[in-house]
Amino acid sequence: MKSLLKLTWVELKLFFREPLTLVFSFALPVVFLLVMGGVFGNKPDTSSMHIYRGVGAVNYYNPAYIALVLASIGIVAMPVHLTSYRERRVLKRFHASSFSVWDVIGSQILVSFFIAILGSILLTVVSMFVYHSEAPKMWVYLIPAFILGTLCFTALGVMLGAILPNTRAAQGIGLMLFFVMMILGGAGPPPEVMGTVMRDVGKATPIWYVIRLLQDPWLGFGWNVITSLIVGGITVVATAITVKFFKWD
Amino acid sequence: MLNCNIIEVANLRKAYKSVSAIDDISFQVQDGEIFGLLGPNGAGKTTTVECLQGLRHRDSGTIRVLGLDPQADASSLKKQIGSQLQESALPDRIKVWEALDLFASHSIGAVDWSTLIEQWGLKEKRDAAFGVLSGGQRQRLLIALALVNNPKVVFLDEMTTGLDPAARRVTWDLIRAIRDRGTTVILVTHFMDEAENLCDRIGIMNNGKLAALDTPQNLINIHANLIKVIFSTERTDIDWLKSVPHVHNLSRHGQRIEVEGDGPVLALVASELVKHGIVPVDLRKEQPSLEDVFLKITGRSVVE
Repeated sequence: MKSLLKLTWVELKLFFREPLTLVFSFALPVVFLLVMGGVFGNKPDTSSMHIYRGVGAVNYYNPAYIALVLASIGIVAMPVHLTSYRERRVLKRFHASSFSVWDVIGSQILVSFFIAILGSILLTVVSMFVYHSEAPKMWVYLIPAFILGTLCFTALGVMLGAILPNTRAAQGIGLMLFFVMMILGGAGPPPEVMGTVMRDVGKATPIWYVIRLLQDPWLGFGWNVITSLIVGGITVVATAITVKFFKWD
Repeated sequence: MLNCNIIEVANLRKAYKSVSAIDDISFQVQDGEIFGLLGPNGAGKTTTVECLQGLRHRDSGTIRVLGLDPQADASSLKKQIGSQLQESALPDRIKVWEALDLFASHSIGAVDWSTLIEQWGLKEKRDAAFGVLSGGQRQRLLIALALVNNPKVVFLDEMTTGLDPAARRVTWDLIRAIRDRGTTVILVTHFMDEAENLCDRIGIMNNGKLAALDTPQNLINIHANLIKVIFSTERTDIDWLKSVPHVHNLSRHGQRIEVEGDGPVLALVASELVKHGIVPVDLRKEQPSLEDVFLKITGRSVVE
C-alpha cells in the first residue's frame, strides 16, 4: 500500500511535468469547448433533426469533452508512458524491487482519476462561466458513469501500453485513435449531421459510448443500460488482454 | 550446522527458445563475500543473476537466495536484496531524491537515503532530473537505488560502465565498505581489473557454463602459472636460453625477447645472461594476470 501511494504520487508529479499530455488533457478539450460554444451557442435545436440530442450545444459538449479528457489520458498519455517504461527498462527496475504489477497499474488508475476529475472540473467551470451551461442533472447516475468511463479508458491505455511494441508505435497509434475518436465519436461535429459511414466509424470507437454514458445523466435522460454494458464490456476485454500480454521487459 | 551460504545454485539451466543460455551451473556464495561473475558477452552472466533475483524463471535446477526460492518467494526475497540492472533507466523527469524516496518505500524500517546521496556524490544533484544527469551520475544513482533498502545481498550488473577511471576507483572503495558492513555483493563484470581488485572469488562463465571458480590468485596460479621474463638485446644467438632450467618458451619480437617459465626463472635467466655477456637495462618479469586466465579459459580476449 505504501509503495502504491508513493508510486502514485511520483507518477502524478511526472504527469504534470510532461507538457504534451498536459496540452491534450487540459488545454485541448477547453479550447474545443470554447470554439464549439462560440460557433453553435447554447440554444437547443428546435428543428425536426434534434441536433445535439435536442439540447444546447455547450450542454452537449461539456460531458462529451469530459469523455475527451478521459480519452486523452488513456489513449495519448498512458500508452506512450508505459511503452517508454518498458523500452527503457524502468518496468524491469520496478519489478526487481518488488513493485507489483498492481502497484504499477494501480498508480496509473489513481493518476487517471485525479487528472480526469481535475480536467472535468476545469471544463465545467469554463463552460458554466463563459456560456452559462446547465449543471449536471442526475448526480446519482453521473458519478458511476464517470467512474466507469475513467476505468474504461484507463484499461484501454494500459492495454495499448502492454501490446504496443515501442514508444514510436504508441505515439503514432495513440494520436491516430485519439483524433478519429475526437472527430467522429461525438466530440466533433454533431452525429446527427454526419453521414452513415462516418457515424458507423464513430460507433465503432469506445468514446461514442462513454460520451453517451456521461451525457444521459448529465442532461437528465437517466441511465443508459446498453451503453453501460458496452463500456463495461470494453473494460473487461481490455483488462483480459492486458493480463495476457503484460510483460516487464 | 550453521549454513553460511547466502546463495546456493545447483544444476541451473535456462534456455531461450531452443538456445541454451545457462547450461547446468552450480555454485555457492558465502555470507560477506564479493563474488564476481566474469565472462564474454553472451556467456550467460546476466541471465544467471536475473534467475537469482527472481526476474527470470529457470528451466530446471534449484536456487536458494537467503534461504528463499527466487521463483516461489519472489516478493519477500526482493525486499531483502538490492539490484542494479544492466542498461536500466528511470523516467527522465524524476528527480534524484524522488527516485531514492520511491525505491526506499519497500524497505522494512526507516532508511536514511540522504547518506547515500552524499556517499555516491549526488548531493549537488539532489533536485536534478534523471534526464539531465551525466552517464556517470546516472550509474551512481542506480547503484545507490540498489542499496536504498539496506539489502543483505546486492546484485551489481556492469556497475562501472559509463564511469571514468577515477569514479571507478571510488566505486570500488564504496563497494568494499558495503561488504565490510555485512552485505554480500554479487558483481557481474567484464572488467578484469575490477574483478581482480574487488572480488574474493570469481566465477568465469563461457557459453553458459561455469568454466572456473576460485579466488583470483588461485585462478592465476592454476590456469596461468607461467611468468614472463622480458628484456631487449641486439644479439640473435640466444637459443641457449631454452636449455636454462625452468624455462618453457622463448619468443622474439624484434629486439624484445620474452621468456616464459616458472618458479625461479627470473634469477636463472638473469645469471645466464650475465655469463653470456648480456647485461640488459630493461630486464623485468611480468606476473600472469587474470586476463591471461580469461584468455586461456574462454579462448578470446574480453575486448570484443
